[in-house]
Amino acid sequence: MNYVIIGNSAAAIGCVEGIRKVDTEGSITIISNEKYHTYSRPLISYLIYEKTDEERMKYRPDSFYEDNNVCAMLGETVTKIDAEKKTVYLESGKKVPYDKLLNATGSKPFVPPMEGLDSVENKFTFMSLDDAKALNAAINEESRVLIVGAGLIGLKCAEGIQNKVKSITVVDLADRILPSILDNDGSDIMKKHIEEYGVEFILSDSVAKFNNSVAELKSGKTVEYDIVVVAVGVRPNVELIKDAGGEVNRGIKTDERCRTSLEDVYAAGDCSESYDITVNQERILALLPNAYMQGECAGINMAGGDAVYNKAIPMNAIGFFGLHIITAGSYDGEEYVKSTENSYKKLVAKDGVLKGYILIGDIERAGIYTRMIRERISLDDIDFELIKEKPQLMAFSLKSRKKDLGGVSE
Amino acid sequence: MKRVYVNEEWCLGCHLCEYNCAFANSDLDDMTKLKGVKINPRIKIEENNSINFAVSCRHCDDPICVKSCITGALSVNDGVICIDNEKCVGCYTCVLACPFGAVMPTEDGHGVAQKCELCTKNSNKTPACVEGCPNRAIVFEER
Ligand SMILES: Cc1cc2nc3c(=O)[nH]c(=O)nc-3n(C[C@H](O)[C@H](O)[C@H](O)COP(=O)(O)OP(=O)(O)OC[C@H]3O[C@@H](n4cnc5c(N)ncnc54)[C@H](O)[C@@H]3O)c2cc1C
Repeated sequence: MNYVIIGNSAAAIGCVEGIRKVDTEGSITIISNEKYHTYSRPLISYLIYEKTDEERMKYRPDSFYEDNNVCAMLGETVTKIDAEKKTVYLESGKKVPYDKLLNATGSKPFVPPMEGLDSVENKFTFMSLDDAKALNAAINEESRVLIVGAGLIGLKCAEGIQNKVKSITVVDLADRILPSILDNDGSDIMKKHIEEYGVEFILSDSVAKFNNSVAELKSGKTVEYDIVVVAVGVRPNVELIKDAGGEVNRGIKTDERCRTSLEDVYAAGDCSESYDITVNQERILALLPNAYMQGECAGINMAGGDAVYNKAIPMNAIGFFGLHIITAGSYDGEEYVKSTENSYKKLVAKDGVLKGYILIGDIERAGIYTRMIRERISLDDIDFELIKEKPQLMAFSLKSRKKDLGGVSE
Repeated sequence: MKRVYVNEEWCLGCHLCEYNCAFANSDLDDMTKLKGVKINPRIKIEENNSINFAVSCRHCDDPICVKSCITGALSVNDGVICIDNEKCVGCYTCVLACPFGAVMPTEDGHGVAQKCELCTKNSNKTPACVEGCPNRAIVFEER
């Protein structure tokens, strides 16, 4: 069997490990346009503030490709998939035939048209190791940095460069920060915390025009800058599948076995959609754990095994300047909120199950809440009052604990 | 594979496992030096009225923490789920993912995660928590 994987990140690595669970013989080829050994994309901000380095941010050990008998074609771009001829075509002119193909092409930064952006000399996006290296080379203690976008990537970038630059201003159209994971109260807490580190926010506003080191905002305010980082969002890389005639919604459409509508072609990770069980909808869940698990599921199925990916939920653990956030699921339902000076907790229940939660500060044992969402554990089967206080196995039945801790199968 | 299993009905809630864990994973030469120190063991007792039990990593066959780890710091070595402190940056995605709440932040300010590694990385040969348990409320065996 001849497996080909486009991409070399979380979904691709999950696929390799999934294939090798079932098939130790078949040949695996990874093709990626980034020239690096597989690395952890979320660590690019940690690289800038030197909590990691290029060696340690490798997502798998140096021997990974050899250990798994993978041929890695790095620095090569795929330009076309021919699903009839079962061949992918590379920019370099090479052709690579496959029996089973995984499209794990991830996403790319979305840069909306903004007047004068072309004339900005020092502009960056923040998605790749090369982006991080370029930004790191451009900044110095005198840099005034304007970040467009107060989402996860924009703020991770802010954290990464904070102690290396003179000032950071973050502008966002939304009226609060981190809107994809936080509610209003949670956003307020994080905003105040991040502001303590000198980051300035201008919300409900946007850049009307970049003009010679001055950004003119819609509101009439102006921001002086030396460096601009555009981090307003990402778009899935769906073109290869679309051009090959595969079904694409916002992301590539896949079934619960991670198959696309094209025969023997699978898709996983940020480029694809999965079924979010907390809202009963196909969505792009652009998160690393999701990418890995989809990739692994695809790999097992590509190799003739039997796997389904049917417990997808949004779930995110992220911290800024020492204050940690863990969130999961969706927030439509009955709320239970508790906040203290240093922490914030919101649990959301609906239809007799936990649907989502937000924890800021005190994040201990959050996985117990995550499990309740993923496994759709009925609130009737646990002591909800107890578990509201803090995540604990005490709230589960003795039978369930015997299984969890005592290794008793039934 | 041998794992640490809990016999809940035998647990006295004496917290010795926590102390033995903290000591085994410290560089102290004498356990009495833990007196007065706020310990952060990898095994933790839950208690409520007359019910007590210890919780530590289950070393799952299909570990969601390892799959979720964004850095590659968590890996499975001969069935034991290990953490590489050099690679870990303390994002706590493992805390988000572990269904048992058995992975936790360290408290030494280095901002990484810690978990039970069955005493494979310290000088104990078998889990210190089990060795010191007076009532066989935790055991190290195949089940
Ligand atoms: C700054 C930052 C911080 C983040 N923090 C977190 C976090 O804390 N937690 C979390 O869960 N997630 C985080 N994420 C998101 C996480 O990085 C992604 O969800 C994850 O990397 C997705 O993996 P993937 O394999 O789907 O795709 P990607 O990592 O995007 O990799 C896709 C690869 O395919 C290559 N490729 C694309 N098209 C082609 C082609 N035509 N030919 C050849 N190669 C191609 C790309 O160059 C890329 O190397 C963060 C992302 C960023 C940018």
